[in-house]
Amino acid sequence: MAEALLEGRDLTKHYPVTRGLLQRIVGWVRAVDGVSFTIEQGKTLSLVGESGAGKTTTAKAVLLLEKLTSGSILFQGKDLSQFTRSQLKSEYRPRVQSVQQNPWSSMNPRMRVRDIIAEPLVVNTKQSKKEIRSRVLELLEQVGLRSDHADHYPHEFSGGQRQRIAVARALALHPSLVVLDEPVSALDVSIRAQIMNLLKDLQVKHNLSYLVIAHNLATVRYMSHSVAIMYLGQIVEYGEAEELFERPLHPYTRALISASLLTLPEEGDQEAKQIILSGEMPSPLNPPPGCRFHTRCTEARDRCSEAVPELRAVGQQRVRCHHYD
Amino acid sequence: MAGESPVSELQKKMDNTKVNTTAKVNGNIHRVRITMQLTFIIPVVVLALLVLVAIFAPLIAPHPPAKTSLPHRLLPPFFIDGGSPTYLLGTDRVGRDILSRVFYGARISLSISLIVIFITSSIGTILGIVAGYLGGRTDTVLMRVTDVSLAIPQIFIALLLAVVLGPSFKTVVLAISILGWAPYSRLIRGEVLKLREADFIAQARIIGSSSLRIMIKHIFPNVVNPLIVIATMSVGLVILMESVLSYLGAGIPPTTPSWGSMVSDGKNLIDRAWWISFFPGLAIGLVVLSGNFLGDWIRDKLDPRLRQL
Amino acid sequence: MSKIILQVEDLRTSFFTRKGEVKAVDGVSFHVHEGETFGIVGESGCGKTVTGLSIIRLLPEPAGRIVGGKIILEGTNLLELSKKEMRAIRGRMISMILQDPMTSLNPVYTIGDQIAESVRLHQGLPENGVEQEVISALRLVKIPSPEMILRQHPFELSGGMRQRVVGAIAMSCHPHLLIADEPTTALDATIQAQYLALFKEVQQKTNVAIIFITHDFGVVANMCHRVGVMYAGKIVETATTRKLFKAPKHPYTTALINSVPRLDRKDNRLYSIEGQPPSMMNLPPGCRFFPRCSVALEVCGEQEPPEMEIGNGHSISCWRVK
Repeated sequence: MAEALLEGRDLTKHYPVTRGLLQRIVGWVRAVDGVSFTIEQGKTLSLVGESGAGKTTTAKAVLLLEKLTSGSILFQGKDLSQFTRSQLKSEYRPRVQSVQQNPWSSMNPRMRVRDIIAEPLVVNTKQSKKEIRSRVLELLEQVGLRSDHADHYPHEFSGGQRQRIAVARALALHPSLVVLDEPVSALDVSIRAQIMNLLKDLQVKHNLSYLVIAHNLATVRYMSHSVAIMYLGQIVEYGEAEELFERPLHPYTRALISASLLTLPEEGDQEAKQIILSGEMPSPLNPPPGCRFHTRCTEARDRCSEAVPELRAVGQQRVRCHHYD
Repeated sequence: MAGESPVSELQKKMDNTKVNTTAKVNGNIHRVRITMQLTFIIPVVVLALLVLVAIFAPLIAPHPPAKTSLPHRLLPPFFIDGGSPTYLLGTDRVGRDILSRVFYGARISLSISLIVIFITSSIGTILGIVAGYLGGRTDTVLMRVTDVSLAIPQIFIALLLAVVLGPSFKTVVLAISILGWAPYSRLIRGEVLKLREADFIAQARIIGSSSLRIMIKHIFPNVVNPLIVIATMSVGLVILMESVLSYLGAGIPPTTPSWGSMVSDGKNLIDRAWWISFFPGLAIGLVVLSGNFLGDWIRDKLDPRLRQL
Repeated sequence: MSKIILQVEDLRTSFFTRKGEVKAVDGVSFHVHEGETFGIVGESGCGKTVTGLSIIRLLPEPAGRIVGGKIILEGTNLLELSKKEMRAIRGRMISMILQDPMTSLNPVYTIGDQIAESVRLHQGLPENGVEQEVISALRLVKIPSPEMILRQHPFELSGGMRQRVVGAIAMSCHPHLLIADEPTTALDATIQAQYLALFKEVQQKTNVAIIFITHDFGVVANMCHRVGVMYAGKIVETATTRKLFKAPKHPYTTALINSVPRLDRKDNRLYSIEGQPPSMMNLPPGCRFFPRCSVALEVCGEQEPPEMEIGNGHSISCWRVK
C-alpha cells in the first residue's frame, strides 16, 4: 500500500464575522469543519458539494491560499507546518499546481501564451531561455495545441483552448498533484469531453494525482477514483467512486444523485423515485444542531437533531449518519 | 456559469473560433477607423501643436521673447486698427512680442507638465500598487498619508515653498509634485484592489511568485491603461496649476515667459490692452480642454472590450 | 391533441455589426402546444437565446433585427404588430424568465413592488386587488410566508428564492406562453431539482405552454415533452424527448449525447467532437455540421440539407436520412 501523496487531517477553517468600529467578533462562519481525506499518487479524489459546502475553501487550503484555523496537511508524510517558508516554496509549491474554473480570468491578458506557460519555470528554476522555450513547446504538444499558438494572447483563443493552456502551465514543473477547481463547468458541453479526456490521458501518462472540486456528479463519476461528498463544511460520505455511485449510503448523496440523473421519460415512473429536498442549505454561520443535514432530510429522526454523527466506516465507505450507527 | 448577453456571447464566438492569425491586421484597420473621429483628432492636433511649438520655438518665433522695444509698446494684434504685421498678436507694456512669448511659454508649460507627470505618476503608481496589493497596515499607513496630502490645499504649499525656496523652475516642479502624486495613488490602488482578486493573480501565487514579482509583472501592466487616462487628464491640470502659481508670482521668475505670468502681467491692462492676457489665457484653455477630451476618449477606447491600445 | 399556441415559421434573426452580418438564427421552425414544454437545446452561440428573444421581440437594438419568417401566437403574426401592440402582449400573453436571478431583479425595490408593477401594467385592478394578485403569484411559486416576502428586497433572499420570485413576476398575469432561458444554470443541483418540479406543477395548474432553453440534457429529459436541437443557427433535429434519447438520428445530436458523461453507469471513454462550431459570419456552403461530422457524405459539404419529417413528429435536417 503506497504512502498517500497528500493527506488532510481534521482541516478546519472558521472565518470571523465582525461588526462595529472596533471590529467585535459576533460569530464564526464555519466554512470547513473537521475534514479529513487522503490522495494517493496517480489517483483522483473529488470533493463534491453545492455552493457553501466548503469544498473550494478546502482546495484553497491545500494550495496555501488560505490559512487553516486548525488541522494539518501532510505532504508525502511530512506535516506542512514543519516546512520552512523556503522549503514550501522549493519543495511543496512546484509539486502542487492548479487549474482554475474560469478560463477567461485565470491568465494575465497582457502576457503571451508562451510567457504564461513559461512563468512557473522562470520563477522556480534557473533554466536557460532555450531550455524553457523547448519545454514550453513540449507542453503545448502534450495538451494538443500547436507551436504557433505560443505567440498569441489568451483572448484570441476559445474557452476550451484556454483550459488546455492552463493545463500546460500546471504541468510545467512536473507536479505530483494538480488541484482542479471545476475545470470544465465553464465550457461548452461538447468541449467538456475533450478536456476531460485530455486530463485522464495526462494522468495516466505522468502518474498525476488530481484533487477535483466539482458539483456535477456525472463529471465526477467519469474522472474520479474516490469521492468525498461535502455538506455545510463536513464530509458526509467518503469512499471509492464506483461504490459510492452504485450504493449511495447518505440521504444527501442519494438526493444529489437523484437531482443529477437523466430521468428519461421511458423509465415511466421516474417521478416516484425522485428525491426532492425541501428548503435550502442553511448558513454556515449557524449550522443546525446535531446532524447538519437533518433540517432537509426526508428520513430524519429525533436523534438527528440532538447529536452530531461521526464519520463511520460501513464496509469500504465512510458515512456520517445516525442511520448507520 | 456565464450569464452573458447573447450579443457578447456571439462576439466572443466570432472572435475565438480559431486562432486569429490576422489579429494584427484587424487591429490596424480598427485603429484607422477610430482615428477618424473628431473627438480624437482635435485634441491630438492641439497637443501636437503644443509640442511642435515648444520644440521649435527659437526657429518659429519672430522675435526673441525678452527683447523689449519701447516705441512698439502696447500694440494691438495685427487684425485690429493700429496693429502691425511685425507683431502678429500685439505687444505688451515694454514692447515684447506676445506671439513669441506665447511660443516660448509653451516650452515652460510642456516641460513642467512632462516632468511633473513623470514624477507624480511614478510615485503615485508605486504607492498605489504597494498599498493595494499588500493591504493591511501598509495600506492603512499609505492611504492615511495620501488622504492628508489630498486634504492640504496645493496652492498653499506651493506658495509656502516659493517663499522658502524662492521662485524658480525647480520650485514650481517641486511645489506641484509634492502633493500631486496623491490622486494617482488613490485611483491606482482602487484598480489594484479589483485586480488582486483575479484568478490569474492567485495562479501566480500558486506558481510560487513573490509579491514583488507579482506587483511588477502582473499588476503593473494591467494598471497601465487607467494610468494613461489619468496622466492625460493631468496635463491640463498641471499647466493650469503652474499658470496659477506664476500668476500669483510664486512661479517662474518673470524673465522666462510663462503663460501664467503673462496673464498676470496683463491683468491691470485688460481694459486697454486685452490681448496681453487674452492670448496666453486662450492657450491655457485650449491645452486644458484638449487634455481632458483626449483623456476621456482614451478612457472610452480602453474599455475592456478593446484589450490593448 | 391540444391546440397549437405558437407557430414559428422560418425565423431569421441577424445582428448587424461593424464586422458584418451575423446570422444568429437562420431559418428556424417549430410549434408549441398548450400545456406542453418544448425544449430548445444547444451549446453557446447556437442561437437558442436569440430565438427566445426574437419571439418576445426583445432583441438588442439597433444591432439585432428579425429579418424574416413568421411568429404566430394564437393566430396573430407577432412580427406584424406595432411596438405598442407588442407591449400589450408582453407580460400578458408571453412572458420570459432569464438566467441570472441576481440581475433580473431590481435591487432597489421590494419584491412586492416588482410583482405589482407587472400586475398594474396589464390588469386594471383596484389597489387591494393588486396586492391579492401579488400574493397569489407568490403562492403559485410556493414561496413561504408571502406577506412577509412582499416587503423584502432581493438581496435578503437566497438564489433559489430569487429565481422563484422571477417566476412569480413572469406568471403574475397568467400568460399563455412562458419562455425560460437557462433559468436553472446558476442554481445548485438540489435547488434546481426543486425548481424544475415547481415548473411542472405550475404548468399543470395553469396549462401554460413553456419554451425551455438550455444546454443541459438532464434538464431536457426531466422537463420537456418535445425538443429541438439547435446548431449554428438552425434546428437540426426535432422529436419527442423519448425519441430523441432513445434513437437520435442527427450526427450532432448523437455526438452531443455521447459526449455527456452518464451518472447511471461508468463510462470508459467519452466521445468528443472534434473542432469547434463555425463562425456565424462566413458560413461555408453545405451542412453546418459538416466539418465536424464523422459520418459526412460528399453532398453534405455542398448543399444544406432540407428539413424532413421522418414520422410522428420527428423531423431532421440531414442528408443521411432519406
